[in-house]
Amino acid sequence: MERVLDVRNLKVYYFTSKGPVRAVDDISFYINKGETLGVVGESGCGKTTLGTALLNMPTPPGKVVGGEIIIDGTNILELNENQLRKNVRWEKISMVFQGAMNSLTPAYTIEKQMLETLRYHRELDEQEARERIKKYVNLVGLSDDVLKRYPHELSGGMKQRIVIAMALFLEPELVICDEPTTALDVVVQAQIINLLKELKQKLNLSFIFVTHDLATEAEVADRIMVMYAGKIAEIGTNDQIYGEQGPMHPYTSNLLAATPRLHKKVEKLNFIPGSPPDLLNPPAGCRFHLRCPVVMEKCRTEEPPLKEVEKDHYVACWRCYENE
Amino acid sequence: MSDVIFELKNVKKWFPARRNLGQLLSGERKWIKAVDGVSLKIKRGEIFGLIGESGCGKTTTGKLIMKLMEPSDGQIIFNGEDVTHLDKERLGQYKRNVQMIFQDPYASMNPRFRAVDVLTEPLEIHGIGKSKAEREELAAKALEAVKLTPPEDFLGRYAHMLSGGQRQRLATARTLILSPDFIVADEPVSMIDLSTRAEILHMMKEVQQSMGLTYLYITHDLSTARYFTDRIAVMYLGKIVEMGYADDLIDKAKHPYTKALISAVCEPVSGKVNQSKEVPIKGEIPSAANIPEGCRFHPRCLYAKPECMQGEDPELQEVENGHYVACIRYKEIEEMGTSWR
Ligand SMILES: Nc1ncnc2c1ncn2[C@@H]1O[C@H](COP(=O)(O)OP(=O)(O)OP(=O)(O)O)[C@@H](O)[C@H]1O
Ligand SMILES: Nc1ncnc2c1ncn2[C@@H]1O[C@H](COP(=O)(O)OP(=O)(O)OP(=O)(O)O)[C@@H](O)[C@H]1O
Ligand code: SF4
Ligand SMILES: [Mg+2]
Ligand SMILES: [Mg+2]
Repeated sequence: MERVLDVRNLKVYYFTSKGPVRAVDDISFYINKGETLGVVGESGCGKTTLGTALLNMPTPPGKVVGGEIIIDGTNILELNENQLRKNVRWEKISMVFQGAMNSLTPAYTIEKQMLETLRYHRELDEQEARERIKKYVNLVGLSDDVLKRYPHELSGGMKQRIVIAMALFLEPELVICDEPTTALDVVVQAQIINLLKELKQKLNLSFIFVTHDLATEAEVADRIMVMYAGKIAEIGTNDQIYGEQGPMHPYTSNLLAATPRLHKKVEKLNFIPGSPPDLLNPPAGCRFHLRCPVVMEKCRTEEPPLKEVEKDHYVACWRCYENE
Repeated sequence: MSDVIFELKNVKKWFPARRNLGQLLSGERKWIKAVDGVSLKIKRGEIFGLIGESGCGKTTTGKLIMKLMEPSDGQIIFNGEDVTHLDKERLGQYKRNVQMIFQDPYASMNPRFRAVDVLTEPLEIHGIGKSKAEREELAAKALEAVKLTPPEDFLGRYAHMLSGGQRQRLATARTLILSPDFIVADEPVSMIDLSTRAEILHMMKEVQQSMGLTYLYITHDLSTARYFTDRIAVMYLGKIVEMGYADDLIDKAKHPYTKALISAVCEPVSGKVNQSKEVPIKGEIPSAANIPEGCRFHPRCLYAKPECMQGEDPELQEVENGHYVACIRYKEIEEMGTSWR
């Protein structure tokens, strides 16, 4: 299958006065054309850091300190700012930032914000730009008259549609959506989920869908990548993670058991005692070992590699390999 | 004592809306009807869930119960006593019995306060405990109640030395220290990790059972409400549209709005990626300053008929044991079956 993105041994650290925060620490994965990869994990595990790094746009004091990000045969980490802006960002890969719908400029009409964004990324004459904006506003299910309105005159769902439209302008192949539904009401969440599915079909897009909610991921992601403390714990297909057999990594299974289900009465929700480690000083061995219910001696000292344990199913856990 | 701890009788809270020039000149008044005729009874020892979309009036209802504001109309009864209007002294006592927790572990906590300061402050405010030592002992007990043990390990810690879950435990300990009978727990649109939330709810349930407390739990999330509460009321634009035992309300939902909410919920099960979600509802929630006539849900309802669009709101009536619905067509809709799914 054709890959739109191949990430190898990516490391992104924040260089703070206390030392490097290892927010993304040696991770490798890929995305096939036309699929949605879900990225889940608890707050602070590195999801947003990964997203911005994929645009080669880490937030200072963050720096990409190693690895490769391959898009269309090119390692984009080797490109300069100019090349990135011209050929990569928004052209090949774009991002709907966490909370973007709440950071639209209040004093600008929607049309003006969109024009500015569009023309920042590509030189277009006024007429062309306006037409393109109209096209994408309609594509995300809004009518033209929102263009004359101000952000405070739009509902949360409408604002989210606007920022999604802005990520699509330049027809990228891959769109990263960082917590696009978290701050929305459940009915609006469902509408946004439907919109993304529809866009994926219509435009043959690939998505990275970032959230901390495993339930949402079940409805949008073809494959799911679970992150823990800057590392990948598990990658599996939707069936492998949510099907009968269930996930393999103890972190994923515990997270799933902490996720309430509407149509199933549970007496007790599970939770994972403790909290994720400080990424300034991550623990040795498996980063989950301090909270793991099935920890072994080896887990405390040796880091488990991410291994393909069955077709398309990758796990980093000493308990999950055969013959170990 | 009666088994009803709280009763709200047709409680309303209207805020004056900002007026434009025309309205100012014509003297026309506009109201934001945040809570617009809520009646309910909360039973002693239960966890009562209040659920609904953003802006439907949940927090305002909580604040009315907390007596952080006066209702515009209606009556609030607490332990058989009319507490709608209280003098200052009685209000002070009331506020010891009824406490509010914001379910947000990242909410601000004074960074210069240690856990012990966080806990002894309310005691000082209410003049509880004869000495500092006595108050610190109460603080240690409160930490034990929320399983921050051994308390000596936590008393000296500042907020930044606690995890999200531990911080919420501390916030809970702070409300428990005054031995309230009733707690309003308000959960915002949630950025909280699911595991942290599960941990908090688990702890809150244990505390509730061991101390015989009553909770009003305010949330957006039906899945959590089903797990955590005994009964649930669904609120829409300032009014309760359906109320019942948690399982009944979800398994046998009757109001078209509740049905829409249920069908919008994501479930962590496989096999749903390639279909789109069907949510039987139209349009968006109108503003609380412009409540539609007739059934206030009618502009979004797929079952609305002309008789839904005029006159008074449908009454919240008991249609099965403990199951209340405010919809004039609920029976016909039921007979149509589950085709909406
Ligand atoms: N600008 C920064 N400076 C220093 N550390 C940072 C910075 N931004 C993020 N971090 C740290 O990097 C780690 C990963 O943060 P990131 O924002 O990527 O997490 P996340 O998974 O997106 O979390 P959330 O679910 O809360 O959005 C965290 O430990 C965070 O504290
Ligand atoms: N002090 C106030 N003055 C004017 N309007 C108010 C005030 N407080 C609340 N409102 C309005 O009353 C309505 C109900 O607000 P409330 O905060 O109770 O909703 P909620 O259900 O708690 O929403 P959320 O889920 O977003 O917390 C909203 O339209 C809100 O804008
Ligand atoms: S490697 Fe060990 S500590 Fe880590 S998840 Fe597996 S069993 Fe648990
Ligand atoms: Mg993030
Ligand atoms: Mg609220």
